Amino acid sequence: MAVTKMFGASVKRREDPRMITGRANYTDDVRLPGTLSLVILRSPYAHARIKSINVEKARQMPGVVAVYTGKDLVDSLAPVPCAWLPPNSDLKVPEYRALAVDTVRYVGDGVAAVVAENRYQAQDAAAAIEVEYEMLPAVVDQEKATQDGAPQLYADVPNNTAFVWRLAGGDIDAALRDADVVVSQRLINHRLIPTAMEPRAAVAHYNPGSGELTLWCTSQNPHIHRLLMSAVTGIPETKIRVIATDVGGGFGSKIPFYAGEMIAVAISKDLGRPVKWVEDRRENFVATTHGRDHIDYVDVAAKQDGTITGIRVKAYANMGAYLSTAAPGVPTWLFGLMLSGPYKIPNISVEVHGVLTNTTPTDAYRGAGRPEATYVLERMMDLVADRLGMDPVEVRRKNFIPKEEFPYTVATTLQYDSGDYEAALNRALEIVGYEQFRKEQEAARAQGRLLGIGFSTYVEVCGLAPSQAAGAMGFQGGLWESATVRVHPSGKVSVFTGSNPHGQGEETTFAQLVADELGVPLDDVEIVHGDTGRIPFGMGTYGSRSTAVGGSALIYAARKVRDKGAKIAAHLLEVSPDDIVFDQGRYYVKGAPDRVKTFQEVAGAAYLAWNMPEGVTPGLEETHFFDPINNTYPFGTHVCVVEVDPATGKVQFLRYVAVDDVGNVINPMIVDGQVHGGIAQGLAQAVYETAVYDENGQLLSGSLMDYALPTASMVPTYEVDRTVTPTPVNPMGLKGAGETGTIASTPAVVNAIIDALKPYGITHLDMPLTPQRIWQAIQESQKGS
Amino acid sequence: MKQQITVTVNGVQYTSEVEPRLLLVHYLRDVLNLTGTHVGCDTSQCGACTVIMNGSAVKSCTVLAVQADGAEITTIEGLAKDGQLHPLQEGFWEMHGLQCGFCTPGMIMTAYDLLQKNPNPTEEEIRHGLEGNLCRCTGYQNIVRSIQYAADKMRGAAAAAGGE
Repeated sequence: MAVTKMFGASVKRREDPRMITGRANYTDDVRLPGTLSLVILRSPYAHARIKSINVEKARQMPGVVAVYTGKDLVDSLAPVPCAWLPPNSDLKVPEYRALAVDTVRYVGDGVAAVVAENRYQAQDAAAAIEVEYEMLPAVVDQEKATQDGAPQLYADVPNNTAFVWRLAGGDIDAALRDADVVVSQRLINHRLIPTAMEPRAAVAHYNPGSGELTLWCTSQNPHIHRLLMSAVTGIPETKIRVIATDVGGGFGSKIPFYAGEMIAVAISKDLGRPVKWVEDRRENFVATTHGRDHIDYVDVAAKQDGTITGIRVKAYANMGAYLSTAAPGVPTWLFGLMLSGPYKIPNISVEVHGVLTNTTPTDAYRGAGRPEATYVLERMMDLVADRLGMDPVEVRRKNFIPKEEFPYTVATTLQYDSGDYEAALNRALEIVGYEQFRKEQEAARAQGRLLGIGFSTYVEVCGLAPSQAAGAMGFQGGLWESATVRVHPSGKVSVFTGSNPHGQGEETTFAQLVADELGVPLDDVEIVHGDTGRIPFGMGTYGSRSTAVGGSALIYAARKVRDKGAKIAAHLLEVSPDDIVFDQGRYYVKGAPDRVKTFQEVAGAAYLAWNMPEGVTPGLEETHFFDPINNTYPFGTHVCVVEVDPATGKVQFLRYVAVDDVGNVINPMIVDGQVHGGIAQGLAQAVYETAVYDENGQLLSGSLMDYALPTASMVPTYEVDRTVTPTPVNPMGLKGAGETGTIASTPAVVNAIIDALKPYGITHLDMPLTPQRIWQAIQESQKGS
Repeated sequence: MKQQITVTVNGVQYTSEVEPRLLLVHYLRDVLNLTGTHVGCDTSQCGACTVIMNGSAVKSCTVLAVQADGAEITTIEGLAKDGQLHPLQEGFWEMHGLQCGFCTPGMIMTAYDLLQKNPNPTEEEIRHGLEGNLCRCTGYQNIVRSIQYAADKMRGAAAAAGGE
């Protein structure tokens, strides 16, 4: 592995100059002459039959060009597809129309679409559409939805159960029977709203002359958008160009393929004019996918000495009203497979009920299934420790997979690549000063002050692979990545990647990789992404896969370029290619470093092609499709220290320490930034954020006034450190860093607060741990005593 | 019934006929094509649309274009002078104060206002000063450091100018 100058350097981001000067180009910034503004009228009711829609008044309004209802689009748009179909789960995919035809099933379901000369006019007209609804009973809770007598969303999905998925390894019944203790807990992993700062948007431009569609849209995976758009519209893939270069955050919510962009395309095609749709924040809350929303029944079998012998989980996952693009894979594979965590647990059984309710569809949200699994394990570790009177750190340590045993296959069948879990734990304990803290905690308790410390020792799975495994899991796509490295005659390099960073900084880190591989200045490398008209087919950015998989693809493509260059250099220097040494952008003859051709000279020669070696074609450009042999498994220990005010229930963060191991690191500054942001999101789930529906299916937390997205004064200072355990599955030895913070932080924070509340005998509270919830728990605990 | 307004934006005077209900942010973005100012919520919570109007930060989704008649406005596009980044822009670049970049123009303009009023803020004052601006990517720590970087640099420049 070549660790040279750029690898490991905190290079400033090359994305930033356009973003700090206001010259980035997000979808809403695209301006085409003659563009119409699209506004989607959405259902105000969670479950209702559409009796009639009167659009006549709206059609007459100033500036209005056309109004469409669900029936108008049935012929031009196939249903919104679901693209993750777990086998052997009795999966039922209900029909999901871009605009509802007869029945609306959640607040936010599209009912009609208006296009006008400007947004103000389109909004006025949408408000003038008269829809007569017949109200139907609604259900929002996934457990209640499966019970007899619950309102049914679909005639052909009994008990609203879209799937039941099971996975088992070992013998859980025996483990529970033979255990010294069985610790059981119902855990709610509540619903979250991803809330990227850029709302979703699409600009569709169908050219009736050429039959070509150009679609700018907020996508983490533009080729998947192209493929699915072709499938639902019938426009050939060859005629569709999807552009998503500057995307203002996604966190999973811009993976799915949505009704909004489908409607924009259908109308642009119908009218032959560009159509722009930009959701407002209210729409983002109700019509962009949500995340999490599990109810988990957990039983853990343990021995008296703290050895965990088994875990059984029965989960109810709320899928919302329809199955979004990747949704069925999130609470099943991405959750169930990770239920061993960093521990040796020989017996594991999981059963997941995917339930349809009258709520916004859920799908991947940063971490996607892995935070839910980590929350289950890390909360249960503390409960087991509490039951056995052990230190929570020691229970974890006792069950860790030892570093000598990697690669290690867990009971859920995953093979973990590499790890040294104790090293990360020890480093975190050292930074936080664990022993000293316990003394301070004891002293503070004597004074009536509530200090608490919480741990999360996690492992996650990144860079999902290989594609064969994707197929076995029912994922309707591959999990490889592509890269083309094109050297221009001047020796400047364009890299075309199928990854689509939207904040993760790969325009910088990928350039660092290529600069090292080809020995060219960083400024000579441009990274092109997010435009299907320029890049090779790629799978996009999610699951912390871009650098581990996409970065590997470009390393291999760059090496092919380098090798071809060596043949040309050898020919020009009249030696055998075996006698050529490549070092920092120079090809020279072994033992004669003054006989040299620079990379730039070789590039020029490749394009002139006046004097090429036999059998070598002109040009200097290579493509590589990389399908890794395995996933990567980043891990680490997060520690949170809090003080809870017993009079108010308010939580104050005193320390937050994160020791992550993401393997080798290309750009430490960027990785630290990813960790910071992830911690903020995971921590916010623990104490602030929650999507609240009333029993009629109204989203009560449907604005930034009501949904507690953290501000700068609501989060602590993060103390970030790393251990380094490279992975063998890719040439850089790195694992992926985009989601660790979110996966690890939620249970660390909850465990800290519960630890603080220990004097009251409180062992568990469901999130978010708001002052009110904590205060009430304190009051109730005192009532009993 | 359209109304005529005259607004100076980044030192350039514009006269336009606008609908009375047109929001300032849409005027900047759709009439003047200054798309660096972003719309994140259009309900005044996220702060992505923050600009400087007559010397103070305003959320331009909550100001009507007609209210800006006669005003002087600075947007993110007007912050760099003569090809030199403003210390805040430099700070955000140096300290990795942005990831997706969508909230960044509003963050920078709010920080501009903050440092004008308080050239030497504590970390707590910075965090408090940013409460009207939301960022989903960074967890704020590097935004705070970016503003500290700019504050140090601006105070240094002011001291040097004072000493001359």
